[in-house]
Amino acid sequence: MNRVVITGAGTINPLGVDVASTMEAMREGRCGIGPLDIPDVDRLSIQIGAQVKNYDETAHFNRQQIALYDRFTQFTLLAAREAIGQSGLTFSGELADQSGVVLGTSGGGLNTQDDNYRAVYAEGKNRVHPFIVPKLMNNAAACHVSMEWKLRGPSFTVATACASSNHAMGQAFNMVRSGMAKVMVTGGSEAMLCFGGIKAWEGLRVMSKDACRPFSATRNGMVQGEGAGVYVFEDYAHAKARGAEILCEVIGFAMTSDASDIVMPSKQGAARTIAGAVKDAKLNKEDVGYINAHGTGTAANDKTECAAVADVFGHHADKLMISSTKSMHGHLIGGTGAVELLACIMALRDGIIAPTIGYEEPDPECALDVVPNVAREANVQVALTNAFAFGGLNAVLALRKH
Amino acid sequence: MSIKDQVIAIIADQAMLEPSDIKMDNTLADVGIDSLGLVESIFAIEECFDITVPFNANNPTESEFDISSIAAIVAAVEKLKAEQAA
Repeated sequence: MNRVVITGAGTINPLGVDVASTMEAMREGRCGIGPLDIPDVDRLSIQIGAQVKNYDETAHFNRQQIALYDRFTQFTLLAAREAIGQSGLTFSGELADQSGVVLGTSGGGLNTQDDNYRAVYAEGKNRVHPFIVPKLMNNAAACHVSMEWKLRGPSFTVATACASSNHAMGQAFNMVRSGMAKVMVTGGSEAMLCFGGIKAWEGLRVMSKDACRPFSATRNGMVQGEGAGVYVFEDYAHAKARGAEILCEVIGFAMTSDASDIVMPSKQGAARTIAGAVKDAKLNKEDVGYINAHGTGTAANDKTECAAVADVFGHHADKLMISSTKSMHGHLIGGTGAVELLACIMALRDGIIAPTIGYEEPDPECALDVVPNVAREANVQVALTNAFAFGGLNAVLALRKH
Repeated sequence: MSIKDQVIAIIADQAMLEPSDIKMDNTLADVGIDSLGLVESIFAIEECFDITVPFNANNPTESEFDISSIAAIVAAVEKLKAEQAA
């Protein structure tokens, strides 16, 4: 089995347009959630979200590209540009054949669907632009990354709701670990902050109207965000031979299914997955210093997740730190695990734990060290990152300081 | 603007050229328009003239709509507009 390391990271999200600005915002506990600026917001009962502000697609892409790139694809390409740029890799010949792309998204080109349904249903238009299908399809982002950087190996898209990115990165990890690929570009993206995207979420009645306060007794729901996170997962021997800068090592992954409920989370399912990742990474429980929580800010998720962590780690649960950065960048749904991996890299590489902001009042059902409101310096050797999706699909990655 | 000038403007826009660079005997390949560019051009023509172009992307050369040259496209659009008016 090959060791797998991360040699490039890129992002665009509500906290920043690159990794450096995002980590700075996480260190400072800045909040990217605010009033939504989208058409027809007055007809929504949920009017807040974490948007990528002041985004001008024409600053990054030409008209032909924009005709083919939905917002989720644009975010992906910008994040991939940063990640692959940092890795210093260029793909040609054999390396191109041995390198692929696996990305997560839940809604894919939802803005494209929303705009065009509006055109044909609301505005009565009888004709749509010829590229609507290639623009809205969930695999569009992975395909454009593959085309732009000539990655000709295994490439596909994973759609498992809120766990999409973690599932994608888990596949990428196992592909490099097994030798199926030398390099995998992986992560995920989401751009759901359009009228239809928010309207659908409103229906579930799990959205907060004012803020995302994970683990706080005063929490009242989740807040949607948008953006992308993309990484270069590389065979360690390959990275070492070329003298690449290594951000951290990926050491384990587990995925499970609750097989019980389409929306309610399961403590047993979450615990089995966390324990599975610890086992896959051949760790002792005491090795884990930080967990980036799924931490959505809903009543059900946060207490279930804390109970699962307590079950898995026993006494050590009181010693480790667990924080939810969704309090800052919102819930990026299919892209969320990818952006949250940045908090793990920051913990391992820089020794800074991103806080759970918006924390007001302890909840006895979430009685763990949630790093409330202020970032903390700590020497962490191993971090986990959790994702627990609707439908009971769970995915947890384990990472180690390099 | 005449139909001819409007069609040339659409083709030039798609090819990222000046309208003066488009010659009537050019083919779409001459001006650098590929198959995706062609369907985008057809869409733009439909939107501009409010017509439905009988074009099948599965087999472009056998469609009723003649795309063998810029002149052929202009003539086809003029014919569709005339039929619409009739």
